[in-house]
Amino acid sequence: MKINLIVNHNHYDYYPRPDEYLIESLRKLGFQSVKKGCDTTSCGVCSVIVDGQLVPSCSYLTSRCDQKEVLTVEGIPEEARHIAEFITAEGVDQCGFCSPGHVMAIHALKLELKNPTMEEIKHYLAGNMCRCSGYEGQHRAIKKMMEVE
Amino acid sequence: MGVNEKIRKVDGIGLVMGKPAYSDDLAPRDALIVKVLRSPHAHAEILSIDTSKAEASEGIACVFTYANVSDVNFSRAGQGFPEPSPYDHRILNKICRYIGEPVAVVAGVFEHQVDEAINKIKVEYKVLDAILDFEIAKDHDIKIHSGDGTKSMFEIGHYPEKNIAASYEMEIGSVKETLKQCDVVYEGRYYTQAQAHAMTEPHTSVSYYDQQDRLNIITSTQTPFHVRRIVGKTLNLPLSKVRVIKPRIGGGYGGKQAIHGEFFVAMVTMKTGKAAKCIFSRKEVFEGSYTRHQMRLDIKVGAMKDGTIQVIDMDILSNTGAYGEHALTVLMVAGSKTLPLYNKVKAVGFRGDVVYTNLTPAGAYRGYGAIQGNFALESAIDELADLLEIDSVKLREMNMMKEGETSEIFEIMGEGQEGTAMTIESCKLQECLDLCLEKLNYYDIYPRKQVAPNKIRSVGYALAMQGSGIPYIDMGSAIIKLNDDGFFNLMVGATDIGTGSDTILAQIAAEALEVPVEKIIVYSSDTDLTPFDTGAYASSTTYVSGHSVRIAAEKMKENIIEAGRKHFNSHHVNYVEGVLTCEDQSITLKDFSTKLFYSENQEQLVASGSYVGTKSPPPYMVGGVEIEVDTRTGEVDILNYVAVVDCGTTINPNLAKIQVEGAIVQGIGMTMYEEVNISEQGHNFNNSFMRYKVPTRMEIKHLDVSFVESYEPSGPFGAKSVGEIGIDTPPAALSNALKNAIGKRINVLPIRAEDVWKSIKA
Ligand code: FES
Ligand code: FES
Repeated sequence: MKINLIVNHNHYDYYPRPDEYLIESLRKLGFQSVKKGCDTTSCGVCSVIVDGQLVPSCSYLTSRCDQKEVLTVEGIPEEARHIAEFITAEGVDQCGFCSPGHVMAIHALKLELKNPTMEEIKHYLAGNMCRCSGYEGQHRAIKKMMEVE
Repeated sequence: MGVNEKIRKVDGIGLVMGKPAYSDDLAPRDALIVKVLRSPHAHAEILSIDTSKAEASEGIACVFTYANVSDVNFSRAGQGFPEPSPYDHRILNKICRYIGEPVAVVAGVFEHQVDEAINKIKVEYKVLDAILDFEIAKDHDIKIHSGDGTKSMFEIGHYPEKNIAASYEMEIGSVKETLKQCDVVYEGRYYTQAQAHAMTEPHTSVSYYDQQDRLNIITSTQTPFHVRRIVGKTLNLPLSKVRVIKPRIGGGYGGKQAIHGEFFVAMVTMKTGKAAKCIFSRKEVFEGSYTRHQMRLDIKVGAMKDGTIQVIDMDILSNTGAYGEHALTVLMVAGSKTLPLYNKVKAVGFRGDVVYTNLTPAGAYRGYGAIQGNFALESAIDELADLLEIDSVKLREMNMMKEGETSEIFEIMGEGQEGTAMTIESCKLQECLDLCLEKLNYYDIYPRKQVAPNKIRSVGYALAMQGSGIPYIDMGSAIIKLNDDGFFNLMVGATDIGTGSDTILAQIAAEALEVPVEKIIVYSSDTDLTPFDTGAYASSTTYVSGHSVRIAAEKMKENIIEAGRKHFNSHHVNYVEGVLTCEDQSITLKDFSTKLFYSENQEQLVASGSYVGTKSPPPYMVGGVEIEVDTRTGEVDILNYVAVVDCGTTINPNLAKIQVEGAIVQGIGMTMYEEVNISEQGHNFNNSFMRYKVPTRMEIKHLDVSFVESYEPSGPFGAKSVGEIGIDTPPAALSNALKNAIGKRINVLPIRAEDVWKSIKA
C-alpha cells in the first residue's frame, strides 16, 4: 500500500507495512527527534502532532496517515527553540530523552488552549512522563513562557 | 567566571530540539537487529535447545546460545577492578535463574524476521523449584548457584552453598552491653521493595567494526571504561581492539552502570563482521535489567532518659535476585551512609546477608542502600522520641553530626572494603533543619490538623547524608588543550547521563582558566579519545572528576604563563581573565594562541589532570513533607515537599536544584507507588509503564528545594556531591508524617492508600 505521508510539510511516497507504526516510519525517514520509551502507549516520549492533534506515534498506524500532516520537532524549529529556551533556562532538561515529546505536547497545548490555568496545563501534559526532573521545573518554565507571551 | 552560575546545560537546546544524539540515533542504518529469547521460568535447566529452524529462517545472520558463547564467569556490575561483586554471571547460562534471563540471542536484517526466528527456537526446559521469597533463601535446599564456577575476587562473605552472595558484619563497642544500660530501647522491623529505574531511554547498544578492524561499541552506559574492560576480557579481545563510545544517555540512575546488551551486539559483529544494534523493549528493561535491592531491616536504638542516644544496631537481609551485582556494596552503604548521622553513640552494630533468589537481579540504583537504611533509621529516631517523650527535633539536634566531628564508621566501613577516616569539614545539618521546619510551618501543624471531617493534615521530616565518591577507588581524569582563537577543548572520561556533568565540568574549567564557559568545549566520554574515569556512580562526578578538571585547568594556566614568558622574554608574566601581561605590554589569549599555532614559538599546549579522592565528604539534607490523609480511603496527598540541602558550593544552582527535585520524586515514587509485584511463578506483573506506577506530574503538588551556604574545603571550589542525596528522605519523612497523622507506623514500602486505610482500621 502506498500513502502520501506529509511530514513537516514535505511529501513522501511511503509504503508502510500494515502493522507499521508512525514512530518507525518517522525514524526511518530520519526524524530522529521521535523517541521510543515504552510498548504500552504510556510515556508520551514519542509524541507528534497529526492534523493538529497530539498523538503517541508509537501506537498510530502509518497506514492511517495518508494525506495527513505530521509534525515533529524538526518541523517547528523556531517554536521548538523558543520553548527550549525556557526549559533550559530552568535547567529542567536533564537527560533530554523526554524533551522532544514534551515540546510537541506544549506546542499542541498552545494551539488548543487559550490562557490555560496551571491545572489545565498539568492535565494536558499528564501523559508526558519525565523520570529525571520531578516536573516542577517544567511547570515553572511553562509558566514563565506564558507570562512572556 | 563559571562556578555558582545558573548557566544553561551545554547540550540543552540541542537535545530539547531533538538532535540525533542517543545510541540508537547514531546506529548505522544497516545494523542487524539483535533480539533476545528470554526464560519463561524462574528456575530451569535447559536440557536441549534447537536453533536450526531459526538459523535457516529468512534474513537471519546468527544465533547464540550458552553452547556457542564464551563460558567465562564475570560480574556485570560495572565496577572498578577487581570488583567487590561475585563472578557468578555468564553471557548465556545453561541454568535459567529468573524469568527474563537471556536464553538465546538472534540477529537478522529486519525486526519481524528476528521475531519469527525467535519463535522457531525449540527449548526443552527441566523446570526446577524456585526461591521467590528472600526471607527463606538463606540455607535453603534449593541452591541457586552451585557448580557454576561462581567465585569472588576477594573476601566479600560469598557463600553460594548457603545462597549468600555477600555478607558483612562489624561492631564498635559492645551493642549488647550498651543496650542493657539504656533507659529506653526502640526496636523495629522495616521492609523496602524492589524499585525499577524506569529511565525513559531503554538500554541500547550498537556495535560495528571501524576501518582499522576495531570493535566499536556505542552504548547507553554510565561506565564506558568498565564496559571496555569487561567486554574485552570476557570475549578474549585485547582492549586495544575495543572502543566504547558513550553518546547522550536517556537517564540511568544506576540502571546503566552494569553491562546489558553490549555483549550481544559485540558477539554479533564479531561473528558476522556487520553492524548490530540491540534495543531492550520496556518489558525487557523491567524483567531483564535489574532493580533496587529489596531489604528487610531490623533496627534497635537505645538512649538514656535525657535523650542521649547510646547505641544503634542494624541487621539487614538484602535480596540480590539471581545474580550478585553490587550485593556487598549496597549492603554496606545502608550502614555507612546512615549510621554516622548520629555519631555520639557508645556502640554501633551492623551486619547483613545478601541472598540469592530466582528473581530479576538487583543492582545499582541512585542512593543505593542509603535510602533503605535511612527509612529504618529516621523512622526509628521518631519512634524513639515518642518513647522518650522528647521532641524529635531536639532529640536529633542533641545527637546529630556536627562540623569538626567524625565517626569511627568512616574508617571501618567503605563500599565493598574498609573505609577511610575523615573529619567532617562541612556540615550544615542544623541550618538545613531550621530552614526546613520553618518553611514547612512544622510547629503549626505538628502533629496533625483536622482540616475537614475526614481529612487530616500532618508533617514529617528526616535527615540524610550521602558521600562524594569512593576514596582511593574512584578516579577521574581530564585533558585540556588550547586552540587558536583562544578556546579550549576539555576531554573528560566522566559520563554525563543527563545529570549535566558536562556543563558543570566546563564551569569548573572556566573558573580555573578565568574564561567564559563558552570558551570550553566539552567532550565526554569515549575510551579512545577521553582519559579514564570510573564512571557516573557513587556521587563521584562533581567531587572526583571535578577535581581532575580543576587540576588540568590549573596546569594549563601554568603552561600558558610559561609560553607567555617566552613571548615577552621575561619572567614577570601575569595571566588574568584571558589576558597575558608583562609590565605595560599585554596580549589576549585569542591573539596569543593564534601566534602559538602559526607564527611564534609554535607549540600545542595540553594539560592533563587526574584525581582520586582521599575522603568522601557527605552532603547533607533535611527533607520535610506536608500531607493530607483522607481517612475514609487512606489516600495520601503530598501537598508540599521541602528539601534543604548542604552540598557545599553549588557549581550550577539550577542543575543542582533539578537533580534534587528529580530525586525527591523518585523517592516519593518508591515510598508511595512503585513496586515490582511478583506472581507465584516469579513473573513480574508490573513489567510496563501501564502497570508500574512512576509518579506523573499530577501527583506532584509542590516542591521547595533550597541550598544552605556551605563550603567544603576538600572539594573543587568548595563543592560536594548532589546526585543522590535527594532520593534518601521521602520514605522516612512520609512514614513519619503518616505516624503523626494517624498515630500508627507503617513500616513496609510502598505505602499504598490501602495500606494506610488498613492501618487506620486496624
Ligand atoms: S513510546 Fe511511550 S507512549 Fe509512545
Ligand atoms: S529529562 Fe530525562 S526523562 Fe525527562
